[in-house]
Amino acid sequence: MKIIYADHAATTRVKPEVLEKMRPYLTEEYGNPSSLYGFSYNSKRAVEQARENIAGLIGADVKEVYFTGCGTESDNWAIKGAAWANGKKGKHMITSKTEHHAVLHTCQYLEKQGFDVTYLDVDKDGFINPDELIKAIRPDTILITIMFANNEIGTIMPISEIGRIARERSILFHTDAVQAAGHVPIDVNAMNIDMLSISGHKLGAPKGVGVLYIRKGVKIESLMHGGGHERGKRAGTENVPHIVGLGEAARLAKAYMDENIKKVTAMRDRLIDGILKIPYTRLTGPTENRLPGLASFVIEAVEGEAMLLKLFEYGICASSGSACSSGSLDPSHVLLAIGYPHHIAHGSLRLSIGEENTDEEIDRIIEAVPEVVKKLRDMSPVWENGKPAWA
Amino acid sequence: MYSDKVMDHFKNPRNIGELEDYNAVGTVGNPKCGDIMKIYMKIEDNIIKDISFKTFGCGAAVATSSMATEMVKGKTIEEALALTNKAVAEALDGLPPAKLHCSVLAEEAIKTAIADYYKKQGIDPKPIIGCNADCAHCCEH
Repeated sequence: MKIIYADHAATTRVKPEVLEKMRPYLTEEYGNPSSLYGFSYNSKRAVEQARENIAGLIGADVKEVYFTGCGTESDNWAIKGAAWANGKKGKHMITSKTEHHAVLHTCQYLEKQGFDVTYLDVDKDGFINPDELIKAIRPDTILITIMFANNEIGTIMPISEIGRIARERSILFHTDAVQAAGHVPIDVNAMNIDMLSISGHKLGAPKGVGVLYIRKGVKIESLMHGGGHERGKRAGTENVPHIVGLGEAARLAKAYMDENIKKVTAMRDRLIDGILKIPYTRLTGPTENRLPGLASFVIEAVEGEAMLLKLFEYGICASSGSACSSGSLDPSHVLLAIGYPHHIAHGSLRLSIGEENTDEEIDRIIEAVPEVVKKLRDMSPVWENGKPAWA
Repeated sequence: MYSDKVMDHFKNPRNIGELEDYNAVGTVGNPKCGDIMKIYMKIEDNIIKDISFKTFGCGAAVATSSMATEMVKGKTIEEALALTNKAVAEALDGLPPAKLHCSVLAEEAIKTAIADYYKKQGIDPKPIIGCNADCAHCCEH
């Protein structure tokens, strides 16, 4: 059976061009970039070329790009590093309730260390209210960390506005751009971003490589201590092949961004229109300021994990924020934060499209989802006479 | 993550739907928890002659419902009451730890349907079943 991959927000395939760029650094070019002899120069040059590509993607200076092991490390580093380096100035940080766990759990960890964190509410589409952000700022606020785009519902936060608010008050602004980088335009200077996290495998590079952009002059403690790699800020021998892969993925993302946004948005919108024809189905997240590839729904009276298992019978890979699919008793914190009650949030379905998807695949998904929903509703005790028991 | 048996019972659930001539019915779970099982039984001469189910829930919830109905079909009430969640999970070649509560729900669904049968006969099910079979509390498992 042919796989229809509609889970690009979870991870992406390594692009063939990316793999080709990486190949020499997995084979003959194995020199350590820190070594002195000529044999290692190519490795070093390749890492610096990748750094330039990343800088180009987000409008940064090459000296502000630091390679890490993953997006989670980048988030941990930005938040803990900024908290520890600026803890004498203040102990207060601001984030939102719909952040990824890499941010939320890091903030909770810092709370145990004596930091104070404000978790901003979001509206029904997942946006924070900039006025509430301003109100939450205190004299001891040292960091604002708000995600660029949400991984479950696709909400693109008002980043420029948040950046302006933070800059005017000389508060550091970090954004988890794991879902956004390479998919929507980012300009760290125009948007007043001080730190920004990227994960390689969300944009066609392999798993196990990430980036933290750190604006020049930002004080941040290191998480990794050891050699003088990454200008002494992140010790550990560079993962040269993966870094090269991320650099190439960033170059491709920048070169084809307009084209990809157009193509992917069109497929996403067709998918949304198709799925919303199913009765008692709602789009989660906004219609505007939404990630190009992300289509997310709640479908009443069916359970998310059951939907995923049935969809895979059609070869379709998707994901869900239902409790059962996460192995916990509660549905996703994001769906609860945008106001869905538990019994509705259990019917969560996320389809995330990439530029590799085709119109035929979108057609196939639009055919399959209603069939799956019908089968599950037919066996559901909470689906009666063509509507949910609670309707 | 699921055994082949769980996947088989999820893909091809046995005894699915609503019996036409049931004389006992039990529902456990609640929509907040994301798992609801409803079991229909036709009990005659102390024997579960026929049984069916409807389930709202994950793959494990559907599979445990399906397996539990298979395991008590044709059995006496006493045999059905002796069904344990462990036996259901074992018959499915095991469940992931996070999904064991589904097998508990399946056991309770069987007991709740039998309690309903007793209640309809004017018999207090509590001394027989060991609880008042008001099992809408899946979140506590």
